[in-house]
Amino acid sequence: MKLNRKWLHEEFVDLKDISDKEFVEALTVAGQKVETYERLDAEIKNVVVGKVLSIERHTNSDHMWVCQIDVGKDEPVQIVTGAQNVKAGDLVPAALHNSRLPGGIHITKGKLRGEVSNGMLCSLKELNLTLNDYPYAIEDGIWIIEEDCKPGDDINLVIGNDDTVVDFEITNNRPDCYSIIGLAREAAAAFNQPMRHHEPVVKGCGEGNLMELLDVEVPADKLCNRYSARMVRNVKIAPSPAWLRQRLRANGVRPINNIVDITNYVMLEYGQPMHAFDYRYIGSKQIVVRESVEGETLTTLDGTVRNLKPGMLVIADGEKPIGLAGIMGGENSEIVANTTDVVFESANFDGTSIRQTALALGMRTESSGKFEKNIDPLLTVPAVQRACELVELLGAGEVVDGMIDIMNYVPQPRTLPLEPAKINALLGTDISEAEMIDYLRRLEIEVIDGQIQVPSFRPDLQQTADIAEEVARLYGYNEIPTTSFRSETAEGGYTGTMVLENKTGAVCRCLGYSEILTYSFVSPSIFDMIRLPADSPLRKTIRIQNPLGEDASIMRTIALPSMLSILAKNYAYHNADVKLYELAKVYLPKEGQLLPDEPKRLLLGCYGAKVDFFRLKGEIEAIFKGMNVRKAAYTAVKDNPSYHPGRCAKITMDGVDVGIFGQVHPLVAKNYGMECDVYAAELDFSALTGLLAPAHTYEPLPKYPAVSRDIAVVCAEEITAGQLESCILASGGKLLRDVRLFDIYRGKGIEDGKKSMAFALTLRADDRTLTDSDSESVISGILAALAEQLDAKLR
Amino acid sequence: MKEQLQEIKSRALANMQAAQDLAALDTVRVSVLGKKGELTAVLKLMGKLSAEERPIMGQMANAVRAELEARLEERKAELEAAALEAKLAAEAVDVTIPGAEITMGYQHPMNKVLQEVKEIFIGMGYTIVDGPEVEEAAYNFTRLNIEEGHPSRDRSDTFYFDDEDQVLLRTQTSPMQIRVMEQQQPPIRILAPGRVFRKDEADATHSPMFHQIEGLVVDEGITMGDLKGALETLIKRLYGEDAVVRFRPHHFPFTEPSCEVDMQCFKCKGKGEIDGQICSTCHGEGWIELLGAGMVHPKVLEGCGIDPEKYSGFAFGIGLERMAMGRLRFNDLRLIFENDIRFLSQF
Repeated sequence: MKLNRKWLHEEFVDLKDISDKEFVEALTVAGQKVETYERLDAEIKNVVVGKVLSIERHTNSDHMWVCQIDVGKDEPVQIVTGAQNVKAGDLVPAALHNSRLPGGIHITKGKLRGEVSNGMLCSLKELNLTLNDYPYAIEDGIWIIEEDCKPGDDINLVIGNDDTVVDFEITNNRPDCYSIIGLAREAAAAFNQPMRHHEPVVKGCGEGNLMELLDVEVPADKLCNRYSARMVRNVKIAPSPAWLRQRLRANGVRPINNIVDITNYVMLEYGQPMHAFDYRYIGSKQIVVRESVEGETLTTLDGTVRNLKPGMLVIADGEKPIGLAGIMGGENSEIVANTTDVVFESANFDGTSIRQTALALGMRTESSGKFEKNIDPLLTVPAVQRACELVELLGAGEVVDGMIDIMNYVPQPRTLPLEPAKINALLGTDISEAEMIDYLRRLEIEVIDGQIQVPSFRPDLQQTADIAEEVARLYGYNEIPTTSFRSETAEGGYTGTMVLENKTGAVCRCLGYSEILTYSFVSPSIFDMIRLPADSPLRKTIRIQNPLGEDASIMRTIALPSMLSILAKNYAYHNADVKLYELAKVYLPKEGQLLPDEPKRLLLGCYGAKVDFFRLKGEIEAIFKGMNVRKAAYTAVKDNPSYHPGRCAKITMDGVDVGIFGQVHPLVAKNYGMECDVYAAELDFSALTGLLAPAHTYEPLPKYPAVSRDIAVVCAEEITAGQLESCILASGGKLLRDVRLFDIYRGKGIEDGKKSMAFALTLRADDRTLTDSDSESVISGILAALAEQLDAKLR
Repeated sequence: MKEQLQEIKSRALANMQAAQDLAALDTVRVSVLGKKGELTAVLKLMGKLSAEERPIMGQMANAVRAELEARLEERKAELEAAALEAKLAAEAVDVTIPGAEITMGYQHPMNKVLQEVKEIFIGMGYTIVDGPEVEEAAYNFTRLNIEEGHPSRDRSDTFYFDDEDQVLLRTQTSPMQIRVMEQQQPPIRILAPGRVFRKDEADATHSPMFHQIEGLVVDEGITMGDLKGALETLIKRLYGEDAVVRFRPHHFPFTEPSCEVDMQCFKCKGKGEIDGQICSTCHGEGWIELLGAGMVHPKVLEGCGIDPEKYSGFAFGIGLERMAMGRLRFNDLRLIFENDIRFLSQF
């Protein structure tokens, strides 16, 4: 909501001497936040009113003129112009040497075909004005000024640019502040200055009486709280006077003609949207405020045909809609140049209904924006009175006696008790009751015998907490003493899962993985991108009904695609050797549950020089160690289409699947535009948090030395290291403490289709030093088992 | 014999001095003190001396031996020290050669800043809690005093999953207030960070997904002064003791009184301009908006079964992105979710 300061101090509160910065700061901390503010004269400098003393053809040009201009100095200045509408005696805007025009244009003196020109004569456009602002001017030519001014006057003063426009962010609870009067009230309160109120006075005495000229009915009484109307006859449509046009322009409203300008002016001033109908086109001289019916259309003022849905609130005449209530008028009853009789509508419509209609038709207007916020129904009468008063002031027509005012609500004055103790307790202050009453008085809220008389323009004041805010904002939020609450000493901290998340993240980073954050919503195409089988249960997702686009329309059930897309992005940027991790939520719909489950997955993804299957596996093992989870078992997975069939493993822990990892299938990598080996791991973090190993306790250090023995066995290619290791562990007995694969050999000395696997074994007893024969018997037992069970023979 | 001893001694001392390594020194030792050494040979002749001469010469020979042995040890130590020095000199490295490459990963800047915020509040006795991102309208709106028909509930602002607009992506972390209060009676002191979603196209200053940090304190006698205290502590810890904080009135349906909290622009120091140019950090305002807060609305307390006559509380919501961008001085939200390693590895 914009407010120009000149309007404010000319009509309502005298704050002329307050600097812009002070004004803005004070209003902001008192509760009306200023978004921006600008001096209207900031862009125009050193442009004055000039009087054309003489004008002669340029000797070297057939279209240029050389003018002698009186700019209020002792000597006239010579300015060359190419415009053809200037004649001696005219007042014109003259941009002098070293002047500035809107758009950062800098004017200096120079020569035009040999003639000195000490500046430039300006058109409206060059001053950022339009024909709407000065309708008597012409489009392409110098603005011949018809305002009350003299040579040498600063043009900024002539066009009302000696003003500051302040743009406020108005909060939803304060519809009253969408008006100059509402903001003036706030300004008066903030500076503790009196506010001038104006009661509109209408002389009336136009021909006839409204009651005989117009009939208004409001069948849609639930959606229209109040409908007030007055009428003006013998209207002379003309431009509004300069002061009115300037106020509109300062607030970003384009002047049109006196009648339309008056409705806009009143809307700015009171915050009450108004509409003017051409009486000629109100069929059967009847206005009906009703819901639209099936199949109705209306061409609105912007020339668009609107297909109305049943239930939308319209203003109709005896036959057809002539306006979309609270949003925009109809073309069929528009004020035009030869309009002679006008009906002013000042109504109060239901905010939700207006908002929904505006949204459905895609046409939010200044008016609908105001109604949305639910305006004070007490405003309709003063607003329509003010409009009629302005008609008379401008001599724009004759106001007909009588006013229609239909009320579909019962005004209920509300009171609230003033509870100073409660307010102080909530704020942590010690403000006296008298002080509170004074703050409320400044806001035009009266307190009588301890009862707050809630004004009808403040529907937001519902309880003591609301009053506390009013008191606090005038007392000053920043004056409230800062304290530290006293409460039972609480022990803050993380939940167990969060501790684990923090720890796991730290391990991942130690391993060289950097953390990423990816969107929770994804494209349905991700499933095909990772070659997920058509019947995979992961394809069952929850779907956003109104997504930003198809590629952000489903909640992810798997986080691998998010990881791959980020790896791909880095790959496209030519970032070498990238390792990333994410603790990613997935969203799994569950039968019989309103909300999906949101478990977390730990994703690892990498590509580059130092990545391979076993490094990744080692890193996963390190992460498990960091988390202190139970022992993991790894089995080959050949049929997961997202992964390389020979380089993929599933991880289980106590029989529970906790993850899968390996080389991403080259076809999947290709789908993401990556032409290199990509590795990824998807760990079910939520499941892992339920599979923690018991906390470690001290185990006595061994008293007796261990014996190391290496064995190498030759076995068939199909036999896995895991099989050999399990067999060794099972047959090694309690003296065998550790088994570690340290070499795999194929080639010379080993027959085709076989391989040699070498293990380092650690043997130890707790109660004695092992003898050679102790270890011999363990080793021979192991070898026998290997030979028998896996046909693995000592090399 | 006496002369002979003197002669052996001075020659041996000279040879020891001449020896330049441990091997040469050992040769000297063997040639003098060894079994076949010169001094040993002289001592063997002792028996031929007279009874008077024997003790005198014996004493003398032992003195020579002791002196030579002492000198030998000394010389040995000298040579060892020299050898070590030479070895170390040979082993010297060019310390400016880069260290072996150990790649450490980076925490995402968003979580890095979040971590700091969490630690500050944990220090003040807050418990960190977590909650659902797919949420019921009842928690996200209704019970927070945001009625049906409120613009923020529009489909142009909020993502919905069902026709009845009952299940949605939470638009704020505030539903966590309700979830905590319906589970727990005061005293309550929690911090609930998490993802939130609004229907905005992604650009430099908007993102359909971003992060908030919700805080809630409910107990007997909690005041707005306490709210100011908690937030001032946070801001000063994050931005330094000299950070200037401003509280100004605002409106949220679920707090009353409500406020927004600004910090004086660190770049222009609140002036709004630098050398005549509008400050690009605060866009000339002189202040940077950090967060929204307020005293928990009595209706919200009541709706969770907490007696507003007995208890009061405050709540606040911090936009993590804005906070992180201010702290780490970057200005495009899209960088956060693009996850370019060149960006991530800067922090």
